[in-house]
Amino acid sequence: MTAIPEMQPGEMAGRPPGTAPRESSLANHALVQLTLTRFREFLREPEALFWVFIFPILLAGGLGLAFRNRPADVLRIAAVTPELARALRQEKLLDVQELSAKAASQALRTGKVALLAEPGPDKAVVYGFDNTNPEGRAARMLAERAVERAAGRVDPVAGIDRLMREPGSRYIDFLIPGLLGMNLMGSAIWGMGFAIVDARRRKLMKRLIATPMPRPYYLLSFLLSRLVMLVIEVGFLLSFGIFIFKVPMRGSLADLALLCVLTSLSFGALGLLIASRARTIEAASGLMNLVMMPMWIVSGVFFSAQRFPDMLQPVIKALPLTAAIDALRANMLQGAGLAQVSPQLLVLAAWLAVCFPVALKLFRWR
Amino acid sequence: MPAPIPTAALRVHNLRKTFKDVVAVDGLELEVRTGECFGLLGPNGAGKTTTIEICEGLTEPDSGDVELLGMRWDTHAAELRQRLGIQLQETQLADKVTVLETIRLFRSFFRHGPAPAEVIALVQLEEKRNSRVGGLSGGQKQRLALACALVGDPDFLFLDEPTTGLDPQARRQLWELIERFKLQGRTILLTTHYMDEAEQLCERVAIMDHGKVIALGTPRELIISMGVEHMVEFSAGGAAKALEIQALRRMEGVRDVRAENGTVQMQVTELHRAVPALLDELARQGVPLTELRTHSATLEDVFVTLTGRHLRDE
Repeated sequence: MTAIPEMQPGEMAGRPPGTAPRESSLANHALVQLTLTRFREFLREPEALFWVFIFPILLAGGLGLAFRNRPADVLRIAAVTPELARALRQEKLLDVQELSAKAASQALRTGKVALLAEPGPDKAVVYGFDNTNPEGRAARMLAERAVERAAGRVDPVAGIDRLMREPGSRYIDFLIPGLLGMNLMGSAIWGMGFAIVDARRRKLMKRLIATPMPRPYYLLSFLLSRLVMLVIEVGFLLSFGIFIFKVPMRGSLADLALLCVLTSLSFGALGLLIASRARTIEAASGLMNLVMMPMWIVSGVFFSAQRFPDMLQPVIKALPLTAAIDALRANMLQGAGLAQVSPQLLVLAAWLAVCFPVALKLFRWR
Repeated sequence: MPAPIPTAALRVHNLRKTFKDVVAVDGLELEVRTGECFGLLGPNGAGKTTTIEICEGLTEPDSGDVELLGMRWDTHAAELRQRLGIQLQETQLADKVTVLETIRLFRSFFRHGPAPAEVIALVQLEEKRNSRVGGLSGGQKQRLALACALVGDPDFLFLDEPTTGLDPQARRQLWELIERFKLQGRTILLTTHYMDEAEQLCERVAIMDHGKVIALGTPRELIISMGVEHMVEFSAGGAAKALEIQALRRMEGVRDVRAENGTVQMQVTELHRAVPALLDELARQGVPLTELRTHSATLEDVFVTLTGRHLRDE
């Protein structure tokens, strides 16, 4: 901050034009000033801060808790006779309740138990369960093994368990790169879209082009502020994943940074395209949702994009969010290098190469 | 400052602009001399803003010629931008940014100009320098907009309805600022639909209607050209019989009489003869006078005389 110099009103008079002192520091460069203004507008908007920083963390935290890996579930089953109950209790993975036949079938119907065991004719055991329910099928196998062993069966081949519960294969590991991609998309598109349309609506853009401001600087300032914000956003979400959930970071950090930058640029170009003509916030937010909503669903943020029919896969893979998330996952979880994610890089680059020039061509400055 | 040499800072020749089926500017001719404050007057929709935005290089004319500071938009746009100060109608500057930050931003676009603090002092916003734009009053916002137009130390200043929507005190304050800027010998083109604003600030005015200049001159010249010096307005209420307007027209020194909304307006050349004659006539007709006002003719009266409409009629 510079102090206000003492001056008389009208002091500007009598000074030949062009001789006023001009601090020629970098801080007074038009691009720096425009970028600073972007930051100020963003940082002074509490709602924007919430959506960009807090919301993804809350989402990751909530989903991480809901889908956390628990020790293998103990299955609840019902036995109708004390003998059966005793035999079944030998199996540690079964939680056996002894119930009357009527109460047992009631419990099975309401899903309180996954299976009921009752004596059948000729020393047989009848297992009642729903064979479309995986828990029912698992309980069936465990129960039969327990009953057989209690009756004296000896397994001819011994089995040895080796447990795989490494970080990297859990849901939260899948989720964090997905959220990262979603966040990069949202902040680029919202960040560009709303700010541009708002400036157009306020006729602030028209006022700016009435000055000697070079027009590319205006657009560049969005890009620059986006790149700086990117470091903060990505750092914030990844630190949360790494320190709270021990999400692995197997790929090179430089590659990851490059991926994030490319993703952000591609979505920035898409945001610019969306905002290139809209004159009202309503029109712009409708368009943004139209563009982003399908990608939230099909691009594999919360569940694998592979679940959609094969027919749709080429389309889904061509979407920028799918490419971004696939590449981020490959980097973080499998330690893939850039060469391995080159198809995704190409998809992102193509979106950038198409959207940016079209947006510039269509851009409405007033 | 360049000395006010008698040459045109702005020359507009045969300018035309049509929006869809509305002719906004219709063969306009205009010349603004270096160092003068020129007023473009007219009702809403007269084509003032379209004209000024064409001159500012923001709107492309359909045809015609604009020469500004000896340059043209198609060949010298970058140079012109450096030398113009522009205030647009209805610009809302970013709310979350402070006064000083806004000025620094605008200052960064210009090669030359005063320091931001200097401009802030000039528009008397020192106390608000660290306040956000969103918290400023209407008058303060308008002064900030003026400051944004001044940061480049412009040779030519465009002000599009600078005081519209302001309260009288804020308008007066802004006028003082513009007056001070005028003293520095810079050329100003301003549009307004406030007659008192034009009379106060402008050396010369052009009255626009339907995209054309219908009168041009100093405010004084325009008023004199009307041939009447004074306006007499009166209300005659509670009369048993209607007022005979024709009798008033026949009175000596009365140019025109129009009656609307219960008040009668007369254009007269000599007040000292017309008023006694009016009182005699009203007494003769037996009509009681409830209100009587006289004022010197204004630009507003010129406009009404020329077009038969009031300036602020929409």
